[in-house]
Amino acid sequence: MNRNPNLQGYKGRVRELLLSAGVEVGDEVRVVRDGEVYEGVLAPRIEYGGEDFIVVKLRSGYNIGVRVSDGKVQVEKLPARREVRYKSPVIPEAKATLPSVAILGTGGTIASRVDYRTGAVTPIFSADDLYGFTPELAGIARIDVETVFNIFSEDMTPKHWSIIAYKIGEYVSKGIDGIIVTHGTDTMGYTAAALSFALRNLPVPVILVGAQRSPDRPSSDAALNLIGAVTAAAYAPFAEVVVAMHKGLSDDEVAFHRGTRVRKCHTSRRDAFKSINSDQVAVYRDYKIEMLTEDYRRRGEDGFRVEAEFEERVALIKFYPGFDPKIIEWYIDDGYRGLVIEGTGLGHVSSRCIPALKRAVDSGVFVGMTSQCLWGRINMSVYRTGRELQAVGVVPLEDMLPETALVKLMWVLARVDDVGEARRLMLTNIAGEIFRRTSFRWYA
Amino acid sequence: MDSLEYEALGLKVGLELHFQLATRYKLFCRCPATLSEGEAKLRFERRLRPTQSELGEVDPAALFEFRKGLTIVYEADDRSTCLVELDEEPPHSINEEAVDIALTIALLLNARPVDEIHVMRKVVIDGSNTTGFQRTCVLALGGWIDLEGKRIGIQSICLEEDAARIVERRGDRVYYKLDRLGIPLVEVSTSPDIHSPSEAGSAALAIGKIVLSTGKVKSELGSIRQDVNISIRDGALVEVKGIQHLSLIPKVVENEVRRQVRLLELRDELRRRGLSKSSVDPTLYDVTDIFRQTRCKVVSRALESGGVVYALKLSGFRGLLSWLLNEGLRFGTELADYAVFWGRLGGIFHTDELPAYGISSSEVEALREAVGATDQDAIVIAAGSRDNVEDGLKAVAERVLIAFDGVPEETRRAEPTGVTRYMRPRPGAARMYPETDIPILVVDPRRIDHLRSNLPELPSIRVRKYVKEYGLSRKLAEELVASIYENLFEEVCRSFPSLPASVVASTLTETTTMLRRRGVPVDRVSTDRLYELFRFLAEGRMFKEAIPDILAHMAGKGVGVAEALEELGLKPLTDEELVEIVSEEVSRSGELIAKHRLNAVKIILGSIMKRYRGRVDASRLAKMIEDEVGRSIR
Repeated sequence: MNRNPNLQGYKGRVRELLLSAGVEVGDEVRVVRDGEVYEGVLAPRIEYGGEDFIVVKLRSGYNIGVRVSDGKVQVEKLPARREVRYKSPVIPEAKATLPSVAILGTGGTIASRVDYRTGAVTPIFSADDLYGFTPELAGIARIDVETVFNIFSEDMTPKHWSIIAYKIGEYVSKGIDGIIVTHGTDTMGYTAAALSFALRNLPVPVILVGAQRSPDRPSSDAALNLIGAVTAAAYAPFAEVVVAMHKGLSDDEVAFHRGTRVRKCHTSRRDAFKSINSDQVAVYRDYKIEMLTEDYRRRGEDGFRVEAEFEERVALIKFYPGFDPKIIEWYIDDGYRGLVIEGTGLGHVSSRCIPALKRAVDSGVFVGMTSQCLWGRINMSVYRTGRELQAVGVVPLEDMLPETALVKLMWVLARVDDVGEARRLMLTNIAGEIFRRTSFRWYA
Repeated sequence: MDSLEYEALGLKVGLELHFQLATRYKLFCRCPATLSEGEAKLRFERRLRPTQSELGEVDPAALFEFRKGLTIVYEADDRSTCLVELDEEPPHSINEEAVDIALTIALLLNARPVDEIHVMRKVVIDGSNTTGFQRTCVLALGGWIDLEGKRIGIQSICLEEDAARIVERRGDRVYYKLDRLGIPLVEVSTSPDIHSPSEAGSAALAIGKIVLSTGKVKSELGSIRQDVNISIRDGALVEVKGIQHLSLIPKVVENEVRRQVRLLELRDELRRRGLSKSSVDPTLYDVTDIFRQTRCKVVSRALESGGVVYALKLSGFRGLLSWLLNEGLRFGTELADYAVFWGRLGGIFHTDELPAYGISSSEVEALREAVGATDQDAIVIAAGSRDNVEDGLKAVAERVLIAFDGVPEETRRAEPTGVTRYMRPRPGAARMYPETDIPILVVDPRRIDHLRSNLPELPSIRVRKYVKEYGLSRKLAEELVASIYENLFEEVCRSFPSLPASVVASTLTETTTMLRRRGVPVDRVSTDRLYELFRFLAEGRMFKEAIPDILAHMAGKGVGVAEALEELGLKPLTDEELVEIVSEEVSRSGELIAKHRLNAVKIILGSIMKRYRGRVDASRLAKMIEDEVGRSIR
């Protein structure tokens, strides 16, 4: 008997019952309760379900839960009907003359697959799996796939950004034509910003790509996003860090957003990502990349290096009415080196906060101001509060996104100790994160 | 064929009956569960990709559609559709009202509710679901109904979302409206316990009546698409989809049995002719040159746009393409349907029907010569783009091979005539996997107890009640029970006791049925507006003779009673107008009155009614004429 049977999700009494019947997930079973018979495959129990149920995938394909509320339930193992395993499709061979593209897997929706037999969702990441749902990729580029790690994007930390950046560095040194990072969408914007700063003098495109619908669904946006991303990685003229996601609701165009200007602006739509205070860099349609701006870094420039250290004692603080200045004090006392404030409007917080902010600046903490409006530029000279904030040393961070400002400050403070130098760098455009002029086109 | 003969053929029929629920909201979002009359405000395009099944297989038809580059265009309006239907937001938790109705149906059908409801994704990638799957869940198993002493098993009662409405298909684009997507449907599946067409009909009707007794099912009995699984011994399991009305089921079963029998006879005829699969040569001949000067419009149009004409020779098949399967359905039609589906062709031509359609006898001769056919052979030709013609004729050759085995397993579509046509191959093992976005719903035994103690009265009991308490005829009572208007009927009778119950009932049954047959979309008239109609009737603001016209107008124009009366000029005549009309008509009929005396009243009444039907109460008018004629005689 299998000493460690797969009883995914089953606990307590039900687990005991299944153990004593010698069955595991995927087995053909017969469950008899009060004379009622249910036959099918034992399916896994998802984590948030109650404990007292056995899930049976009936012959019709439907799952049902059978309550095991008393001792009158019998479970019996039936002979296997036929051995079924996930089969990878035949992998198309890519031509040796095609450009080379590396796909680095980090996790997220785009890298999940459902086990149709049991319904369990499992992480995947192999070239085979990719070709499985997007065979077109083989006609676009020669693809290397490497799983860097497999985590939800909300579990991503600055340490993960560093790992990804150095991994990209290895591929760039090997002369790859373009790099793709698959990523959960929730924090993809932060990672994009981090890579934008960490990868200095990038000679090839680095494209972060995600999916809002998992690839096991026929309607997944993953396939088009990947096709767009691989096409750009292989052929696009730009050498920047961008995010590639659906441009609209239709499965026809993929937009490329600059890594320092991109933000997830919708919880669920496939076109959730928007470029803010900036044009999109390019768009994919029908296997072609069209540039949407002239202002971009070209491929093939020299001097590439990776500078992927991030200071983690930096915080992003959102101001709101009634905000307690003690929150700021806490950060100072805890030894934080930098604060990015997401203020209101042109860049304000309540005048009640000014003493705390003054104390922060005086104790050598960099304090920068961004706006929770997202669109538009900070201007702290219009109202008195803004002028007072500047007077105590709060730095207006122009048209930078709050998240980008946070990531940039982490990167800057990992490089310099001097606050004056940090201030200078924060106000210097390093990766397209600050423009001096605001186009009337850049809104919603 | 009588029932014994069907039994001898080993006929087995299982029904999958669908009922749209009259819930307030859709199954997985807060959109209203009604169709939209508004213009589509949003259009977007999608591609659906076949995903692997649990066996690493993909549905061949789905894969085919995808390879052909099918683009799906969706149209949505803001009232009936939200981000959930667009597949741009995860589904909300399941509509509890729909669950209650479906569980009630399950209990009425003696089925056993499951302990836990797991919503599944059933993969469907023809575009009818934006997600590429239909959300569905089984709520109960193992019920039965009693059909004149015989038990028909109910396998399952499922609750699922209705699909998007197909608008049209043009080339490699298919257009859908999203308003219907997500409306709750209950699917009742019977065991294959049914053994004759008439039994299939009565089982469907019996189930329908039980389901309707919940009063929470939309539209006329069974005006939704029904599916039937049919097989005979040595035949094959054929799934017939899209039967528009329950009453058509016996006809469909009958035709399908005949078709399968005729296909088995065709198999025997092939053997008798000494033909075998190896005698089918799949070679395609390019015969484009023969048709350069053709007068056949279909062919010349194909050639003008750079197409080709290919021929497939079927040795020994002479006459067999005209082999009759059903009325209007020959073996050649089946081949053509394969060519249409797999080759996107308009159709095929074959020598059993040529010369015709502008194809001359000399062209047929040249064709025979080109492929080396004798007069014992048949030839199929198709015109169109090279790819399509190759795909289409390849499918024809494959279908011909199956004829040697008998009947293929297929999904077929029911025509309004009850004849079925090839739709697509049967999908492989139903690909279902859990809808992980929706929490599992535990069915509390107390919920079942509550539903069980509040079950609606069964139809037979209600029929008796309407006969006894409302004085309806048995026939009218039965029709009422089979309609969706029972609740409205009772409400109207309560509110307006002056209205005869039979008028209310016949309006809601006979009149609506008659209008529906004429193609009037009477189901679009809301119950509120129908109630309003009866209020007008009770208040003397309209007359019952005008009901059909007014209802038709309300349905067609989407207006209320007052507007309909106004627009049709059916407002009741005022007393002054009436007096004037009567006196004028009577004075004009002096001769008539002189001749027929009081009997002239009827003739005058008829003549006035002809002009003012629906605007005047006939009995009151008769009285006025009588008085006026009486005065004039005196």
